[in-house]
Amino acid sequence: MKKKLISTLMCTALAASMLVGCGSGETNPPADAATDDAATDDASADDTADDSASADDSEDEAETAEADVVTNTFGDPNGTHLEMWTFVELHGQHYGKMAEVWNEEHPDETIEITCTTYPYADMHTKLLTALQSGVGAPDICDVEVGQFPNVVAGLDNWLVPLDDYAADYMDTMVPARMDTYAGEDGKHYGAPYHVGATVMYYNVAAMAEAMGISEDEVTSKIDAVKTWDDYTKLGDEYVAAIGEDGKYFTSVDTGGTDWLWLAMAEYGEDWTGGFDNPANVQLDSVKKMLEMQQGWLDSGFAEVSPDGHVDLEAGFQNIMDHNIVSFPKAMWYMSRFTNYMPEEKGNWYIAKCPVFEEGQPMSVGIGGTGTVVTQQSQSTDLASRFLCWAKMSEEGEQNIWDTLGFDVCNTACWTMDSFAHDDNNQYNAYFRNYPYDVLNDIGLDNIGKISVVAISPTINEYVCNTTLNEVLEDKMDVSEALQELQDAVDLEQ
Amino acid sequence: MSGRFSSDIPIFNRKEGFGLKIKKIFYSQKVAPFVFVLPFILSFLIFWIYPLGSSVTMSFQKIGAVKTEWIGTANYAKLLKDTVFHTAILNSAKYMLFTLLLLIPFPLLFAVLMDSRLVKAKGVWKAILYMPALTSVVISGTLFRLMFTEYPTGQMNQITQMLGLGTYKWLKMGWSGMLALLIVACWRWTGVNMLYFLSGLRSIDTSLYEAAEIDGASSWQKFRYVTLPLLKPTTVYVLTISIYAGLAMFLESYMLWAGNNSPNNIGLTIVGYLYKRGIEKNDMGYACAVGVVLLVIALAINIVQLIANGTFKKEED
Repeated sequence: MKKKLISTLMCTALAASMLVGCGSGETNPPADAATDDAATDDASADDTADDSASADDSEDEAETAEADVVTNTFGDPNGTHLEMWTFVELHGQHYGKMAEVWNEEHPDETIEITCTTYPYADMHTKLLTALQSGVGAPDICDVEVGQFPNVVAGLDNWLVPLDDYAADYMDTMVPARMDTYAGEDGKHYGAPYHVGATVMYYNVAAMAEAMGISEDEVTSKIDAVKTWDDYTKLGDEYVAAIGEDGKYFTSVDTGGTDWLWLAMAEYGEDWTGGFDNPANVQLDSVKKMLEMQQGWLDSGFAEVSPDGHVDLEAGFQNIMDHNIVSFPKAMWYMSRFTNYMPEEKGNWYIAKCPVFEEGQPMSVGIGGTGTVVTQQSQSTDLASRFLCWAKMSEEGEQNIWDTLGFDVCNTACWTMDSFAHDDNNQYNAYFRNYPYDVLNDIGLDNIGKISVVAISPTINEYVCNTTLNEVLEDKMDVSEALQELQDAVDLEQ
Repeated sequence: MSGRFSSDIPIFNRKEGFGLKIKKIFYSQKVAPFVFVLPFILSFLIFWIYPLGSSVTMSFQKIGAVKTEWIGTANYAKLLKDTVFHTAILNSAKYMLFTLLLLIPFPLLFAVLMDSRLVKAKGVWKAILYMPALTSVVISGTLFRLMFTEYPTGQMNQITQMLGLGTYKWLKMGWSGMLALLIVACWRWTGVNMLYFLSGLRSIDTSLYEAAEIDGASSWQKFRYVTLPLLKPTTVYVLTISIYAGLAMFLESYMLWAGNNSPNNIGLTIVGYLYKRGIEKNDMGYACAVGVVLLVIALAINIVQLIANGTFKKEED
């Protein structure tokens, strides 16, 4: 009898510890999506924009994740203290620098800001837990766009609406980016860093060498590319000229949705359906893009990106080895070049992306980080004013462009010669052309927007884990794979 | 005089009575055990039973950021249709089954070898086999991930290339992903299970073997009719914790794929899915439903197993 009791107790204990075990997982999630820790810039997150899921995204993160809590304090020790969390150390540096400028300009309301950098997944988990429990949240916090729906769910119970504070800058800010960080109530809760306009990067030097023509000729060939057909033709030419195994014109992603976002934007479609409509992933644009990519893989024109997409160590290496010479990526990827591939300086050219049919918009805003002010802050007013100034004013944008290398959201800066054509700017110096020239050439109207709503993480996760692998690795029929995706998405809505 | 005494005695008695009462409680053979197990009972109630109860409650709710509402069995109905969850169950079940097949016979064999006179330098072997259990899964998982990388430079691909088999994308295919998980599991747990079996073997009376020898039993017969039956309590214990550990595996997969996402979900486990829903997607209600299903599965398997093994039978003596 006693033995029976003990066994029963033990079983219950075992079973119970399972459920408890689930909770304890939370304390130590080593790493998730952010690709590079403190590395440089925004985009670690940015790629996760589309992939709260991306399968391989975190490949290199785990090694570094453990040690990555960095705390820096800037500003006036006697000023109002603000706590700030981020997952990219350089973002913190931006606020530090801005805090010092702020203190000079506002000697009567100085601030001191402590920026703490956590690994990507840890920070978002911590923030959500703090917001839910009502204690422990920082004053200001970076939130990666893919995670934003979770955070904005609390609306003004959790976050401070920034509309009043951003009013001065609103008319020159890119509206689509402001709306990305809006809540269901239409209020704006996040301040953006960048547009994340997608452009095509080409390795002109490598193409010229392989094709035996001058670099200028390559550039004019690239400029002549208008449609995906033109792009495929140019690529075929390159692949035939180099005639070497393991050398491709581009790589397609199984762990990221950039190509698909671009395709959707070109046709003006959006698989999330926005705030009002149900998600529909069985779109012609997506289908066309995937079928085109299947064809590329068959013909040896493209390879599958090592580890899933180009914004990873393996991807950088692949680019440096000249295994691929072109790929579409948002403009924030520029900082990857300067940070991880400095020896490629002078080789790369930025151009507009090809389109399916002439006249379509040729870019899409990808990725991003919205910075929020929490209601738990003791000084919401000061924090909000500082934040909007640091991220939207011309002074703020200048610092963002110089240090982080982003295509800033305040369009007033785009056409300023001192801003866009400053040769001291490392990004202007690195590329063969001025990045902002390409941006102005594309024009704001041609930068599409894919919504980030509650269903987005589900779609992105399923696409990156399953659909893209099925289509690109296992050569599954595209319609079939999309049907499967739709079924999975329907379950959630 | 007598009045003084008469007033004193009751006081004295009362004091004595109070002391006695406390003494009685501390010395009572009935109460004392409960006092001693109180810390366990309390932590069991607060940290196990309470979360268990609230998990069950939450599994019938939709836990929103702002408000929480009762939605009946909607979470469970959704689980029935959720193919990703089915994949997770299948993965966990497969993993559990294979670990049972690998992590009970082999450690038992090693334990018997360690206990025999066939092996020299037993301490060294034991230490080598046990060492992996002491290392952090976070570190070893990262190393295994590098070993199983799809690049030609990874150890596994070096080996297959030497054998002329070409390279594989180990962590992208179902069978090789499971293989990688099982290799990590064997590497890590063989030593631990071996120690359990060793301690079981130590408790078997050597006179039984002597008696068997006198009766002319061969080594196999001694193993079959003396060792195995007397090891049964250990085996049942190892089986029970292995079923639980197999079903609840999470960290190995999390480290091997550097996150909770694997291509085609080949590395997704039940707990991984629970973590994904609860923590990553902040859908606690649904995650609790996943947890409750896991609990039911684990309990069902273990109770059937324990009944089959006779654990609940009355002791024969």
